[in-house]
Amino acid sequence: MDDRVILRIGTKILSPFILIFALYVQFHGDYGPGGGFQAGVIFAAAFVLYALVFGLGNAIKVMPPKVAYICGAMGVVIYLGVGYLSMFRGGEFLNYSYLFDPEHDPTHGQHYGIIGIELGVLVTVFGVMVALFYAFAGRRRIDT
Amino acid sequence: MTETMVQLVDVVLLVLLAITGIAVIRTRNLFVAVMLAGIYSLLSAGLFVVMDAVDVAFTEAAVGAGISTVLMLGTLALVGYKESAPTHKPILPLFVVLVTGGILVYGTAEIPPFGGADNPAHKHVAAHYIHDSEEEIGHIPNVVTSVLGSYRGYDTMGETAVIFTAMVGVLLLLSRGPLPKRIFHAGQWHTVKAGTTREDMVAKFGGDAGPDETVKDGPARTEGGADG
Repeated sequence: MDDRVILRIGTKILSPFILIFALYVQFHGDYGPGGGFQAGVIFAAAFVLYALVFGLGNAIKVMPPKVAYICGAMGVVIYLGVGYLSMFRGGEFLNYSYLFDPEHDPTHGQHYGIIGIELGVLVTVFGVMVALFYAFAGRRRIDT
Repeated sequence: MTETMVQLVDVVLLVLLAITGIAVIRTRNLFVAVMLAGIYSLLSAGLFVVMDAVDVAFTEAAVGAGISTVLMLGTLALVGYKESAPTHKPILPLFVVLVTGGILVYGTAEIPPFGGADNPAHKHVAAHYIHDSEEEIGHIPNVVTSVLGSYRGYDTMGETAVIFTAMVGVLLLLSRGPLPKRIFHAGQWHTVKAGTTREDMVAKFGGDAGPDETVKDGPARTEGGADG
């Protein structure tokens, strides 16, 4: 049995707060410092901390590498999706003013467009950071 | 904060930054070097805060001091903590570093004063962003978000794609990937049964199975070696 009680309990207590803080950074990015990139890194940091304390095997059970890879790709798809959506609504690529109906206030489109692409950045950065950590931590030591 | 306070904080941070940088160069223990590099990032983040670039500081603290330190530690776990002794004289690298540093310091003479309202950076589109983003983008008080997300949407899209590409590259180089369906060992093909772990493979096939590659080159299928 692992006797690093403080580390294990501390991680268990901290993890949900780290995740919530990441979401705060994400959604507060419109009003203060923060945004998708920082939020994605913080979100991934919670899983990295979990993996460091409880071992890679347990972390992979919580967050399979495949999910991380899919997240890394899905974020780009979300970002491009918002861009194409505004294109199909009659505007230019990534011109969020056209996201809603023409009589709608274009700044609403801008606001939701930014939320959409920030979500894409969050998902990609989170997936990539976790995938990178798995790639480095999953290898065996090379003894020469 | 008064002007002298800001300068005092600047001096303290820069001195600590210089000390950390010299310590990173001098230490031969890579574990110490990685931890000091993390502290270096954190000090830079502090400097960015003093310069009112909180978004950049945030990123620097999260990525530079956090994730990249963990990734470096993961690398050290693979390659060991000892730096091997240098095999060449440091004269040429020192010369290159001194010349480059000298050019950079010479270049700072031309840089406009920090925070000056008449700086070229503030004359171009920045004034437009600050003045009109409320009207054009809506009520997003953090103009940085408006610029990154909307005005410079293409840039951020490219950055997201670059991050994704980084993942693809690292996975291609480092990932172990799925187990091969069949493997060539001791002159013939073996089918890998379902449920076999990588450790089983290494125990059975030795170097042919591990640690990271998939199927080794064997004879072509038509030569009768294939069992599938």
